Amino acid sequence: MPRESARIGAGLMDSFKSFGRRRFVQGLAGGALLLAHGRGRALAAGGTPAGELSGPDFHLTIDELPVNYTGAARRAVAVNGQVPAPLLRMRQGDTVTIRVTNNLREHTSIHWHGFILPADMDGVPGLSFEGIAPGTTFTYRFKVNQSGTYWYHSHSRFQEQIGLYGPIVVERRAGERHAADREHTLLLSDWTDHDPEHIYATLKRQSDYYNYGKRTVADFLADVREKGFSAAVDDRQMWGAMRMNPTDLADVTGYAYTYLLNGNTPAANWTGVFKPGERVRLRLINGSSMSFFDVRIPGLEMTVVATDGQDVEPVTVDELRIGTAEVYDVIVTPGDAAYTLFAQSMDRSGYARGTLAPRAGMTAEVPAPDARAVLTMNDMGMHHAGMDHSQMDHGAMPAVKHAPAESGPIVDMRADMPSTSLDDPGVGLRDNGRRVLTYADLKTIGGAIDQRHAAREIELHLTGHMERYIWSFNGQKFSDAQPLRFTHNERLRIVLVNDTMMTHPIHLHGMWSELTDTHGEFLVRKHTVSVRPGQRLAYEVTADALGSWAYHCHLLYHMEAGMFREVVVA
Amino acid sequence: MVVMLLLTRGALAQSEHVPPDPPQTHVHAMPYGEMAEMMGMDDRALFGKVMLDRLEWRDADESTYEWEAAAWYGGDFNKLWIETEGEHAGGSVADARVELLWDRILTAWWSTRLGARQDAGVGPNRGWLAFGVAGLAPGFIEVEAMAYLGDSGRSALRLSADYDLLITQRLVLQPEGELNFYGRDDPERLIGAGLSDLELGLRLRYEIRRELAPYLGVSWSKRFGDSADLAQAAGEDPDEVSWVAGIRAWF
Repeated sequence: MPRESARIGAGLMDSFKSFGRRRFVQGLAGGALLLAHGRGRALAAGGTPAGELSGPDFHLTIDELPVNYTGAARRAVAVNGQVPAPLLRMRQGDTVTIRVTNNLREHTSIHWHGFILPADMDGVPGLSFEGIAPGTTFTYRFKVNQSGTYWYHSHSRFQEQIGLYGPIVVERRAGERHAADREHTLLLSDWTDHDPEHIYATLKRQSDYYNYGKRTVADFLADVREKGFSAAVDDRQMWGAMRMNPTDLADVTGYAYTYLLNGNTPAANWTGVFKPGERVRLRLINGSSMSFFDVRIPGLEMTVVATDGQDVEPVTVDELRIGTAEVYDVIVTPGDAAYTLFAQSMDRSGYARGTLAPRAGMTAEVPAPDARAVLTMNDMGMHHAGMDHSQMDHGAMPAVKHAPAESGPIVDMRADMPSTSLDDPGVGLRDNGRRVLTYADLKTIGGAIDQRHAAREIELHLTGHMERYIWSFNGQKFSDAQPLRFTHNERLRIVLVNDTMMTHPIHLHGMWSELTDTHGEFLVRKHTVSVRPGQRLAYEVTADALGSWAYHCHLLYHMEAGMFREVVVA
Repeated sequence: MVVMLLLTRGALAQSEHVPPDPPQTHVHAMPYGEMAEMMGMDDRALFGKVMLDRLEWRDADESTYEWEAAAWYGGDFNKLWIETEGEHAGGSVADARVELLWDRILTAWWSTRLGARQDAGVGPNRGWLAFGVAGLAPGFIEVEAMAYLGDSGRSALRLSADYDLLITQRLVLQPEGELNFYGRDDPERLIGAGLSDLELGLRLRYEIRRELAPYLGVSWSKRFGDSADLAQAAGEDPDEVSWVAGIRAWF
């Protein structure tokens, strides 16, 4: 609490500083940014571009760094003086050594997100190791057996929110399956001028604080015109009875966030160059703390070739939703023109933006954000009279078991009729006239890592209480829960049921999450699986990684508020 | 040869996953508090909030202002809760209530409250044992229902409710009501047994930020039965409509 009380004052000071809304959303165009150059890299060219380090030996130094994205001077946490942290380029099969020196006045840590490595190298303080004390250096050393696009970030407090995140590219020994002439890494993030401690405390005090997209009297009148008076009233009554807000798509919004692409504000317009006709691989990483992005490049179709570092059978789409901590590799073939990289936040309160162009300095039209979406009762996995039963797959509907603690005071809803469909693009993306990627489209090349069928099943419900801002699994916060115990080398099935109205990106450390379809057949291997409100999905895990591992929602403040479990493999 | 190579690649695709070596070091077992400190992650952290729900000037014969404020400190399950409400008129405190309560969440939407209440203002001060419930009723209506036991067999009941209607994202119309009942007469404090008073308010605030909102409104207060007679005898109007202007703030 001393930490918090000391910051209430600072938060209030922030509160009374006014700054232009537009500048806040769009950010500064030039000058203040530390890294005007991009992360682009022509594969033909040799050498290491600035902002990029090549292995197998790395030395990372963590310092505070003055930054200014919106006209307000702030302090970020940087790696080697860079926000985002430098791209680490590794080679599959190498044993890498990464020395991390902590120059902060507090502990730090780095977690290698999606890496299969020994538990003591995973970088989670309290589970993997004791963290990196101020003024000390910790040496990570592990063999990189996998390949693909990954990322790394702090697992200490809220350091990830204020800059400690960066991309990792592991080059495949056997050569890329999906060849490209050039590649760019696109790292999305959500910068805030607010103190993250203050954001978290604010959510505890008023959980809808950042939501400026709530339904108003005017929305009610519009609904009356569109659906009729009684339907509009019924709808309000249903939400009112649940005491839930259908516009709650993001806990922290563009009110506090300036969305960044490779550390650049929309106004700064990060630009990746290409030669017309080249096949360009875009390594898309969501390194944000709390944001889902809907990504598209108007005028270009994107061929998805990998997710979470794992190659998939190519699938071509116009748009994809990338959850916090998820990764997608797409290949585009641009013509002789500029194209806007457009990543709008799921709640449409802002966007990250950049440009792909044959030459620096070109721009293309920036689309207007889509209309704000509103959740419906169907999204919530709730049964009610107006529900469209034709969309439900009754045959595949298993019985829902809620844990006893879900009846307690820290759980505000339970989805009794969850949707099992994987081909629903999710709220705000349905029927928008674009081909939108869904998990059902993803098929990992080579199949599952383990041909055995799961011998047992663990059902976990994603639970929470929005109004009280408490998040949990099965109605139990981390502090009240026992570790989940996996038997070494067992193959088990984890069923997740989302009993909340938010989409949660669930990340299991140390082991792959092998998503299965409704018939239990393997679909796609991931390290982070996003679960829609009222959705039930399942993945299989081979517990071949001895030790203690973190298992949590990758929305930073949900993790902090209790949506975290320890997994022990023994 | 090519076929062999492809087969090898296919096999490699399936065996690219290599289980990790076991960890060489382990973190020592530790109690939750130490772990929370090491992780920099603590879902049992305590927070506090101070709310000035109303600080308002009334359009009345004599210079009158009213306040209603609350503060809490605590965790997800238990909070210490202080609330106060009162009226300052003609240079002195006309009526004031302070409560110190332990708030414990009971269900998803309701918490129980237990503590003490102290009244001041006209007549002698009164102390009470306070207990009741507070929460969010269906339709997002904030409700507080409290019962009180005092000395000399006194008892009281207080019900209050309010609701936020969004005209725009920042312009909020708040209807609010409060009812007070008393178990027996307390003429020194101008209170009669039974339904004593009702206050209904309608306030339109503009949230400059969430934490700071000036407002304008109207308030109707009515006293009933013996309470009305006692007030009238003391020269007070038992049925009063007044315009109000004030500030709502929290941090």
